[in-house]
Amino acid sequence: MELHQLTIHELQKKLRGGDTTSVDVVESVIRRIDAVEDRIHSYITLMKDSAREEARRADEEIRKGNARPLTGIPIAVKDLICTKGIRTTCGSKILSNFIPPYDATVVEKLRDAGAVFIGKTNMDEFAMGSSTETSHFGVTRNPWDLDRIPGGSSGGSATAVAADECIASLGSDTGGSIRQPAALCDVVGMKPTYGRVSRYGLVAFASSLDQIGPFTKDVEDCAILLNVISGYDPRESTSVQVEVPDFTSFLSEGIEGWTVGIPKEYFIEGIDPEVEAAVRKAIGVIEGLGARCVDVSLPHTEYCLAVYYIIAPAEASSNLARYDGVKYGYRSKDCRDLMEMYKRTRSEGFGMEVKRRIMLGTYALSSGYYDAYYKKASQVRALIKRDFDEAFQSCDVIMTPTSPTPAFRIGEKMDDPLQMYLSDIFTISTNLAGIPGVSVPCGYTAGGLPIGLQFLAAHFAEEKLIRIASAYEKHSKIEKRRPNL
Amino acid sequence: MKITKEEVGYVAHLARLEFSDEEKEKFTSQLNDILLYMEKLNRVDTTGVEPLTHATFLSNAFRNDEVKPSLPHDLSMANAPEERAGSFRVPKVIE
Repeated sequence: MELHQLTIHELQKKLRGGDTTSVDVVESVIRRIDAVEDRIHSYITLMKDSAREEARRADEEIRKGNARPLTGIPIAVKDLICTKGIRTTCGSKILSNFIPPYDATVVEKLRDAGAVFIGKTNMDEFAMGSSTETSHFGVTRNPWDLDRIPGGSSGGSATAVAADECIASLGSDTGGSIRQPAALCDVVGMKPTYGRVSRYGLVAFASSLDQIGPFTKDVEDCAILLNVISGYDPRESTSVQVEVPDFTSFLSEGIEGWTVGIPKEYFIEGIDPEVEAAVRKAIGVIEGLGARCVDVSLPHTEYCLAVYYIIAPAEASSNLARYDGVKYGYRSKDCRDLMEMYKRTRSEGFGMEVKRRIMLGTYALSSGYYDAYYKKASQVRALIKRDFDEAFQSCDVIMTPTSPTPAFRIGEKMDDPLQMYLSDIFTISTNLAGIPGVSVPCGYTAGGLPIGLQFLAAHFAEEKLIRIASAYEKHSKIEKRRPNL
Repeated sequence: MKITKEEVGYVAHLARLEFSDEEKEKFTSQLNDILLYMEKLNRVDTTGVEPLTHATFLSNAFRNDEVKPSLPHDLSMANAPEERAGSFRVPKVIE
């Protein structure tokens, strides 16, 4: 095994035991990036020089006996999380020259935990997309099949982990943007509970839905990274003051005696038969671990997509009003007056999908349509959350496919926004209800494409997700493959 | 038709965007498809249901009214497309 292939917990042991150095780990990751990055395009900005310097400092800390959870370990960060002095573009032309004057809270937390920052990852523009095809900086390709999309919007964060171009990464999830690419790229991806992780310094897309979370090579690493990034932040008024347990303490707890809910609404027409078969097989594994699998109903599931594509664009149209060419970012040249400057800056600076969603959101919020769209959607959202609250009265965890299909081909859905939106059909409800969810690998199609399994739990019950995901990972007996690059 | 080409033009103005005629045609058709899909929400009886605007138990997050350090002026201006005398410079607002 090469160093770049290892996990956080494997590297922790090697670094502390003196078997390797952070400098060697970082050089191994950089060699890997040099070998595969031109085919995959995980990154918008690479930070090789500063990573080398941080690795040298990490090795000093380890020698002094000051190793923290991530000391010396190369981590990548999605390019909508602000990094002081390092360009943060959101995958957009309009922020292509933006240098944040401060660090996001999660970046401070990673730094305090000793992480080495290796780069900023590619993404759908402003996190709007399910395929990482809408980035101003070009598409990211799936390491398992370079003609296919990696999922999105955090596609680069998923591929960087899947292709060993970093050890772990952070992404953001507004409607599935961590879990869907994790599923399509064969890695573990978690969206924590709304309020668990501070979003200070996360560029906002849809404020009532956005959450930051980890991409890792296994569930133990997911727990380690979740420990680092969780917690109340007085600078973020939606972060919640609840206790953060040591998530790694749940890895071996098992799920004996648990009830696991299988929602019938998630096994619908249109789901790929190989995906369905893999998830049905996983039900057998879970039962073998001493849990009881029962049918549960989430009756408003069929309305999730419509609710989401009103609420998310409505919030986005408001959040993206700040990009006006005045304070930062791209500005159109030679405009005669302020209005022309606003319109030309925004029309030249945003891509088509972002404009489509701003238009949809502006329409849904405009005078005369507010009740019919935004208010109605917010009411149905309450019913969707109630479905989950009721389901969790009778089960510990809910289990579903993460994505209805494996990775689709690049370009396949770019001209049909509604078809593209349908790829998030199993992940959107989680964000609407504010609950946590995790995707773990659960096998491969006959053609060798990864399939993901999703577990959902009640608010702030991430430890249940760690328990079941870890138990499943240990006992599923799925042969771990590596993409052939 | 849920939305006409003229309305697309009006919404674009509200959103401070501008489109070519061809783009307006395309948006009109795509937005109509999407809005037609949204129609399914009318099948849900939401009588007396309180709208949910975010999903945790928080209401207002209050803090003491204390002065704390904020971003220094020069850093706030560091990304400005055009600056003059420590202020953001923009094209003229009125004739």
